[in-house]
Parts: sequence; C-alpha cells; structure tokens
Amino acid sequence: MSRIGVFVCHCGTNISATVDCPGVAETLSHVPGVVHSVDYKYMCSDPGQTMIKDAIKEHKLDGVVVSACSPHMHEPTFRRACAEAGLNPYLCEMANLREHCSWVHDKEEATTVKAIDLVRKMVEKVKKNQPLYSIKVPVTKTALVLGGGIAGIQAALDIANAGHKVVMVERDPSIGGHMSQLSETFPTLDCSQCILTPRMVEVAQHPNITLHTYSELESLEGFIGNFKVKIRKKARCVDEKLCTGCGLCSQKCPTKKNLSEFNEGLGYRPAIYSPFPQAVPNKPVIDKTQCTFFLKGKCKVCEKVCPTKAIRYDQEDQILDIDIGAIVLATGFKVLQPDFFPEYGYGKYKDVIQGLQFERLASASGPTSGEMKRPSDGKEPETVVFVACAGSRDEAKGLPYCSKICCMYTAKHAMLYKHKVHHGNAYVFYMDIRSGGKMYDEFVRRAIEEDGVKYIRGRVSTIYEEDGKLIVKGADTLLGHQTVEIKADMVVLASAAVANDGAEELAQKLHVSYDPYHFFAEAHPKLRPVETNTAGIFLAGACQAPRDIPETVSQASGAASKVAALFSQSELTREPIIAVVNRTAPPLHSTCTGCALCVPACPYQAIEMEDIKNRDGKVVKRAAKINPGLCQGCGTCVALCRVKAIDLQGFSNEQIFAELMAL
Amino acid sequence: MSATTHGHNDDTLAGRLSRATDVSVTRCYQCGKCTAGCPMAEEMDYTPSHILRLLQVGLDGFEDRVLRAYSPWVCLTCEMCYARCPQEVDIPKMMDFLRAESVRLKKVNPRAKDFVSLHKTFLDSIHYVGRLYEVGLIAGYKARSWHLFQDVLMAPKLFFKGKLKLFPHLIKNRKNMSQIFKKAGTARTEAAK
Repeated sequence: MSRIGVFVCHCGTNISATVDCPGVAETLSHVPGVVHSVDYKYMCSDPGQTMIKDAIKEHKLDGVVVSACSPHMHEPTFRRACAEAGLNPYLCEMANLREHCSWVHDKEEATTVKAIDLVRKMVEKVKKNQPLYSIKVPVTKTALVLGGGIAGIQAALDIANAGHKVVMVERDPSIGGHMSQLSETFPTLDCSQCILTPRMVEVAQHPNITLHTYSELESLEGFIGNFKVKIRKKARCVDEKLCTGCGLCSQKCPTKKNLSEFNEGLGYRPAIYSPFPQAVPNKPVIDKTQCTFFLKGKCKVCEKVCPTKAIRYDQEDQILDIDIGAIVLATGFKVLQPDFFPEYGYGKYKDVIQGLQFERLASASGPTSGEMKRPSDGKEPETVVFVACAGSRDEAKGLPYCSKICCMYTAKHAMLYKHKVHHGNAYVFYMDIRSGGKMYDEFVRRAIEEDGVKYIRGRVSTIYEEDGKLIVKGADTLLGHQTVEIKADMVVLASAAVANDGAEELAQKLHVSYDPYHFFAEAHPKLRPVETNTAGIFLAGACQAPRDIPETVSQASGAASKVAALFSQSELTREPIIAVVNRTAPPLHSTCTGCALCVPACPYQAIEMEDIKNRDGKVVKRAAKINPGLCQGCGTCVALCRVKAIDLQGFSNEQIFAELMAL
Repeated sequence: MSATTHGHNDDTLAGRLSRATDVSVTRCYQCGKCTAGCPMAEEMDYTPSHILRLLQVGLDGFEDRVLRAYSPWVCLTCEMCYARCPQEVDIPKMMDFLRAESVRLKKVNPRAKDFVSLHKTFLDSIHYVGRLYEVGLIAGYKARSWHLFQDVLMAPKLFFKGKLKLFPHLIKNRKNMSQIFKKAGTARTEAAK
C-alpha cells in the first residue's frame, strides 16, 4: 500500500477564493493510499516546503502530490524539496488547481468538486510513479557563430577570449557585415571602419577562432552540448592557402562592370573580387555568374597573372562536418529596397536612394571617395530631402513595427551632408523622433541646432521629377496641416530594416521560432532576451529585431556569456522524461517485435535497431533502442508503437490510464 | 478595422462615425500623408489630417468646426489619401458621412449650399426617375440654388444636339428604386442614432 502525502496550497487567495482548500485536504485524507493531507497558505514558501520535508520523514511518504499552481511554475521547487528530504524527486507530482480550476471558475460547490477530482487523479498517478534519475550528457566545448557582422564578431571574440573554441561561418566573402559599409556611426561620428576593422583582424588571427567565409549552414542535428552541423564551404575558385591577397587578379579581370554589392549598386567590381580593400580574409572569390571563363569557356586572365598560381576553376563546394556545443545566431538584417512605394519613385529616379546607399556616398572608401555627388550626374546636390519611416510603421505595407535605427541614422545623414556641403539645405520629413539612448537626443538636437537641418513633421506623399528637380510633396502637420513642396536634388529614403534573406529557412533548419516578420524569437521578451526556445541556441544582434550597434554589441556579449556559462561545466544534466523500449528476461527479451516503424517517426533521429545476442554471441532478436541523449520525450514513438513496447518515463501508459480511471 | 475605442453609447461625432462606417479616427497617427497628397488640400479650410485630429481630440466646439467645415464638400473622393494611408483610414468614407451628418444637423457650410442643392436634386432624379434626368436636374438645381440664369445660354445648343430630353426616360421598376431609398434612409437615421 502506498504512503502518499497531499499538500493543498491556497496560493494566497488565488486558489482559496473559489476553492474550499481545507475541504479538499479533508476529502483527500480519506482516499486509499493517502496517509497525510494538509492545506497551507503558501506551499512554495520556506515554511511550506519545510512542511513537506518534515511530512516525508515523519510519515515515511513514498509519494507526494502538491495541489497548487502550474508545474511550469513550481514543479522544480517542490521536487527539489522532496529530494532534500530523501525522496526521489520524480515521485512528486503537481495538481494544477490554479490555472485549471480556481482562475477559470466561480466560487461554487462544483469548483471544489473539480479540484478534488484533479488531486485524486494525481494521487492515482503517483501510485504508479517510478523513481527516475537525471541523465548526464557531455558538452562539446566548441561554439558555432553564424554570421560575421559586428554581432558575430563580438560574440566570437568574447567566447574565444573565455578560452573556448569558436567556428565562425559567414555567407559573404568577407566578415564585417553592414557595419563595414557605414561611413560614420552615431552618436559620436567616429569612422565605422576604423573601429571595426581591428576587430575583424582579431577574429582572423585569434588562435581559438576558425573562420569560414563564403560558407553557409547546411544542416543541424543533435541537441544542446552535442550538435552536429554540416557547413557548405562554397567554391571561391581560389586556393586560400596560396593566395596572398595581392589583388592583381581583380586589377586585370576584364569583366569590370558588375554592380558592387558592398557599394549597394552605386559602384562596380570585377568578376574576381574581394568586397572591399580591408576585407577579412583578404582573399578574392570568383563570381561564377559573371566570370567570362564560366560563361563562355575562355579568358583565364586571372590564372595567368596570379603570381602564386592560386586560381582553381575546378574547385567544388566542400561540406564540413563539425561537432558543436552551442550556437550563436547573428545573421543580421537587411535594408528593404523601398521600391514598393511607387509614389516615392525609388528605382525610377536615380537620385532617390536608400539609407545604406547614402552611407556609401558619404564613406571615404565609397564610390565617390566620400565626396557628396549624386548618382545621376555626379553633381553636388544643393538640396537634399531625407524621408524617415520609408517602410517602417506602415501597416498597409505589412511592416507595422518601428525599425528603431532610422531616426538616428537620418539625423546622422543630414549632419554628414551639411558637414560636406556647407551651403546646402537638408530637410528631414519625420513622424516622430525616436532618439532614446545615451547621447542620442543630444545628437538629433545638434543636427537641428548646430548644423541647421530643417525638420518637418509630416509624411511625404509623393516624389516626382519636374525640370530636373525632384519635387517632394509633404505636409507640415505642426503648421496647421499645410502642404509643403520642396524642390530637391537628391532624396534619401530611410528604408525599413527587415529580416535577412533566408531567415525563415534557417530558423526551420535550427528549430528556432520566429515572429511574423521572420525575425528570430527570443525565449522571453524581457527575462531571456538572448536565448531561443531551443536549448543551446542563442541570439545576437539584428536577426532578433532591428537594433543599433551599441545594443547589438551588448546583446552579443550577453549571448557569449551564456555560451561561456554552458561551457563552464563538462556535462549537462537532463530531465529523464524520455522514451524507453522495454527489456524483459529471455526468451522474450522485449515485447518489441522489431517492426522498426518508430525509427523514421522519431523527429530527433534518437531511435536505432539493436541486435540482442545470447551468451554465445548469436543474434536472437532485433529490437528498437532509444538513445537517451537524443530523445526529447515528445512521445511520438509511444503513440506509434503497435505492440506498446515503448513507454515515456514519467508519463507511462499505466500512469496516464490510472489518472483517467480515477475520474 | 474595428472601432474599439468608441463604444455603442458614445454619442460623439467620432463614435457615430465609427458605428455608421467602421472608420476609426483613433487609427490615424497624424503623419499627414493624406494632406500631402490631396489634390484639393489647397481649397480646404481643414485638411484631411486636420479633420481627423479635430475628431480625435473631440474637445468642446471641435465637432461643430468639423460639421461646419468646407472640406467635406470639396473632397473629390479620388481616394488618393486612402490608397496611401499607412494606417488604412478610409477618409473618403468619413467625408461622405460628414456630409450626410452636416445636412442632417443643418450645419452645412454656407459656401457649400450649392453643392447640397446639386446633391439633393441629383438624388431626387435617381429616386423618382431611376436614372439621371437632365432637364429635371437643371430645373431642380436652379429652383433650389436660385442661380436662375447661370449657364442658360448653353441650353439651346444642348437641346439641338439632343442632350436635353424634355421627358424623362423612366426605368422599368421604379418601386424597387424607392424601396432602396427608403431602406437607405432608415439605415442612415439608425446609424446616426
């Protein structure tokens, strides 16, 4: 006969307001197998837990049912208390009287009756509970950082400096990300490249970091501490070991008129190229879609001029298999091409550009070497209009969120323009100025007060060309809602920040959840902002939501510290809530018939077939076996097994039926 | 777009607007894009975003200013504002409601009296004839507006070109038409309650 203790919690008045808690305790004390039944105001408090511990010792309890809140909330608390009193923690169960009863019903007799049923059901389950022991799994102390922008760079350096191995994978030929494209950064106007490139070099030279550029994640298997990833290293067509980065190939390449991605289409690059002179690694790649040799079968100029004979036209994509313990997702964002606003004429008028293009125009390393020249005719624009919220906060276009960075970068753009063209006019059309952040609002005020940027509160309705000028029609909602018309030479649209290409696909590969805009979702918006719902995968930077550099860097450091904490232990403890295939004495060995239907059904590839041998080493039976390290306890195989040979520990068929029969 | 902030008992103009047309003024975040693109903004006393602002704030006297405004009467219903509005506020529908309300409450802007005369005469023509009856429209408009001699010299030319038929060309089932008017009339009074 079982010796079960029932502990009914009032949860202040959360439960006791509608449920008669002493009544529940009293009724339960008459249930066969229950030897101790009490109620208390706060079971989770210290005196409450002590009550449970004392009862376990005093009444020699072999099962505990705590009737309180959701197990999600306090199951670990009560199981720990039981363990401290010497009872196997998995012999403690919770009946959810709060969410499942008191919160959803009014105060009446039926509510208490339901509460009693919920507790009785759990008592019957506990009678069938078996002691379970947590599973220990080893941790591979290598982190994978996906993305080589400032988020990835910071996370990789922090993890590597903590003494752990890091594998960094970047899709583009060079690391650096969007930050390497920026001319200056707010709110201090320091040069972006000057602060970023030393970090890029540090990544390349760090003994703990292995860098794979021009590579992408192919697939991911496994679980926290024990991921197995496949990385596709795309063919650069250049032997990275032999190449010295002299750049002769790029100089001599005859196909020079390819739009440069790095310069946002405002400049050109050859078919064999490194994106920018400070690229890390400074090894070129051949763009097979543009190279004359790949298109027409002849040319090979680069091969001829290369002093170290590093060109490999026949190089193929390589697949690397790497064991990983944790992953930092830092795949960043992209700037939306604002051509879905036909009224703004982006794509139609050459002098209507987006924010990142302006960065390249203003950058000393850009196509104009930092001189303010407009794209259409290379003239210095006398009047420039900056349009904030070009895409953001537009529910009609499906982007209701604020991109957060545009207010600040628009102020910076207007300021940079005024610094380069002193007599020029800069107008900013804005809806709200969102400049929360250290020194941010001061920065915007500086643009207005010191640099004379004119801010007009209103959204632009349309932009069209007339007599060589771009007519910008807006309204000044502070000036009695008057219409305003500005004849501009150049217009800069502060385009929205959106999720990067392939974000959705990547999230599905990694089993990470994402929001409707394909930004990766954090586990908790406030308390777990750098973790995902998949254990061992962390988030850094703008792949989670649009954010600026300081925030990105701090989030990356946060993610890195999570990884370092994970790697600080040599093995992980996991809940033993996993499926097991039964094993019995010979000659049956197991009720499993070896049909192997469960093998393909398992979403985690945790099931394999095992040969059961007799003493002579002869195979007498084939039965399924579940790898406890891989099993996530989803129960798919249990439902599928035709002979009921598989059971989920802690939720066995016997336990579930016992619960149901109690009702 | 449901009107969440205006309850069933909200007797403000904004509340009545939301019940009758499902246009919620609270959705507007005052970006001014409607005004910026409105071809008639120069002619208006209150531009579209200004009207929305007056309705949003709804202080004493603001409703009266909206109802007595000239703007609803110059609105062309071209729907440029609605097409570009990032918050999808149906301004043309709102203007339509404001016109009806100002007529109902007898607060039509004095400059818009002629518009009302034309509107009413046009609707009369549809009501009783079932389609546009030009001579009736001209006569009715002149009688209502007292612009007796306006454009009168164009009449002979129109007549000889066969554009002015002396007798109306009635539709087959005029009963149905008056039923439509009856229904629409009750619906409007209901909605305005």
